[in-house]
Amino acid sequence: MKATYGLYPNPDSAERAMNRLRSRRSALGFEVRDICLAASEPLDEYDLGWREQKTPMPWLAALGGLIGGTSGYLLVSLTQRAYPLPTGNMPIVALWPTGVIVYELTMLGAILTTFISLLISARLPRWRKTVYDPAVSEGKILIGVVNPEEATHADLVKTLLEAGAEQVKEYVSS
Amino acid sequence: MAAHSPEQLNQDVLRPLVRTSWRFYLTGGILGSIVLAALAAFIYQVYAGIGVSGLDRPVFWGFYITNFVFWIGISHAGTLISAILRLTDARWRRPVTRCAEAITVFALVIGGMFPIIHLGRPYLFFWLFPYPSERGIWPNFHSPLLWDAFAISTYLTGSSIFLYLPTIPDFALVRDKAKGWRRKFYGFLSLGWTGTPRQWHRLEMAMRIMAVVILPVAVSVHTIVSWDFAMAPVPMWHSTVFGPYFVAGAIFSGIAALIIAMAILRKAFHLEEYLTPFHFDKLGKLLLLMSLVWGYFIVAERLTVWYGNESPEMAVYWSTQQGRFTHLFWFMVFCNLVIPFIILSIKQFRNSITGPVIASTTVVIGMWIERFLIIVPPLERKYLPYSWGTYRPTWVEITITAGTFAAMALLYMIFSKLVPMISVWEMKLGWRQEAESPQLVTSEARLTGAVPSADLPAPEN
Repeated sequence: MKATYGLYPNPDSAERAMNRLRSRRSALGFEVRDICLAASEPLDEYDLGWREQKTPMPWLAALGGLIGGTSGYLLVSLTQRAYPLPTGNMPIVALWPTGVIVYELTMLGAILTTFISLLISARLPRWRKTVYDPAVSEGKILIGVVNPEEATHADLVKTLLEAGAEQVKEYVSS
Repeated sequence: MAAHSPEQLNQDVLRPLVRTSWRFYLTGGILGSIVLAALAAFIYQVYAGIGVSGLDRPVFWGFYITNFVFWIGISHAGTLISAILRLTDARWRRPVTRCAEAITVFALVIGGMFPIIHLGRPYLFFWLFPYPSERGIWPNFHSPLLWDAFAISTYLTGSSIFLYLPTIPDFALVRDKAKGWRRKFYGFLSLGWTGTPRQWHRLEMAMRIMAVVILPVAVSVHTIVSWDFAMAPVPMWHSTVFGPYFVAGAIFSGIAALIIAMAILRKAFHLEEYLTPFHFDKLGKLLLLMSLVWGYFIVAERLTVWYGNESPEMAVYWSTQQGRFTHLFWFMVFCNLVIPFIILSIKQFRNSITGPVIASTTVVIGMWIERFLIIVPPLERKYLPYSWGTYRPTWVEITITAGTFAAMALLYMIFSKLVPMISVWEMKLGWRQEAESPQLVTSEARLTGAVPSADLPAPEN
């Protein structure tokens, strides 16, 4: 994989670069999905691709809770029937004690589902090399294009610089 | 306040991870020695039997269960407080949350050990797990002790994830700046984080969901710990007020522990620019509020018992008012109510860091005594006078108790050498947001360092 990217000092210049790349993508020969971005903090307020993000994570958490709670009920009710304790004519599977376990396992289900859905949807862990620059940790914002066309490479570099890039770099991975 | 910048923040927060002074090793050595002494005492107890402790009929819950309740209470410092501050978007939370969340995880680990330590035969603790066996027995789901196991496991899992999630971007930061084994170590912990829009969006969403889910879990944990007592027909335990009373006490002691931890981190790692008197003032106000809430519960509980005037409960009541626990009871009230009220209600004391730290120290001592007084006097004076007895802790229990405090400090120290104790990305985000919204540049922003000094307008004279 190859990439050409610019390092931007602030979100304003990064947003400018993003808008220019989007508007010139046909001329430069790439798709919007080829644009890459990395930042050291979330930039929700800027038009950098955050706004298009949608995720079913809250629904998955609810589903995880449901599965956790159901598992809790089955654990308590089935095992209490399999190993009945003397309860003096009181119910073997009592509502309140069962409710406590069901409650805790509902929450555990929601917690674990949230964590797992984060890992899957954010594609973590990611051990393969990807477009990145340690300068991102210094606060720079990386914006570039993955696998740019050779013919329009010079124009791409010019576009990135015109938007305010402090540096334009090449990324090559085997 | 001296000028600081994102670069300075990186340096200040990451410095403790790469530089270690002789004081760290000395402190670690002392704490490690105390932990080893506690371990030796525990091994001796396993070898010689539980009889070497002061646990005997009728008091089978002494120091060990006191420690259990105390540490589970301390664990409410982190996740609960952090989740509340995150959900309410309190800007001043940013330098505080990680210090708090780490306390939760270690306090839970330490607290969770005590039910096993107090077992007569701790090497058979696996009998507590629900698994089919030839013994044909199964843990009793009607028992609050089993509810504890579920609640604490859920809380520990949730708190560990809640601590880990916002640390991932900071692990990536350390990875980018580290060399050698540290680069590999932090590379592994950061999971290959690069900060793409998708990653940030999912992380923020996960944090929001976790903050919502973890709050009721935190409340349930200490409520269930209180039910260990409230579900038992023991005088002064069988009370409906125990749930909220325990939760309030847990938050109270948790805030106190957080203030102490922050003060030590601030001093040891020179984080004066980030953990400012403003934070101690805010937490001091919370501590004062919880002190009053705790006082309210004490009065409510004692007044109801006194008014009811039932002889079994009055036997316990008088043992703490006129009997052998009187001094301990009033010392607890002095530590938890009088000292915090005097120090924290006076602005000059509260605004200094010393004031909240002194108040917090007395609160931690007072809350440990409170847990002791909840557990031991009722067990000494149960319904039938022929079964009354006296509990006296032995050196084994005292050593193990001291060891847990040392273990907590040691674990926290080691953690602070491995993980940035201030959330760097959240601090930077706060600075940028404040700088982009001048109306948010308030005196709070100045005090908290929410805006780099260079970006602040000159103060008006």
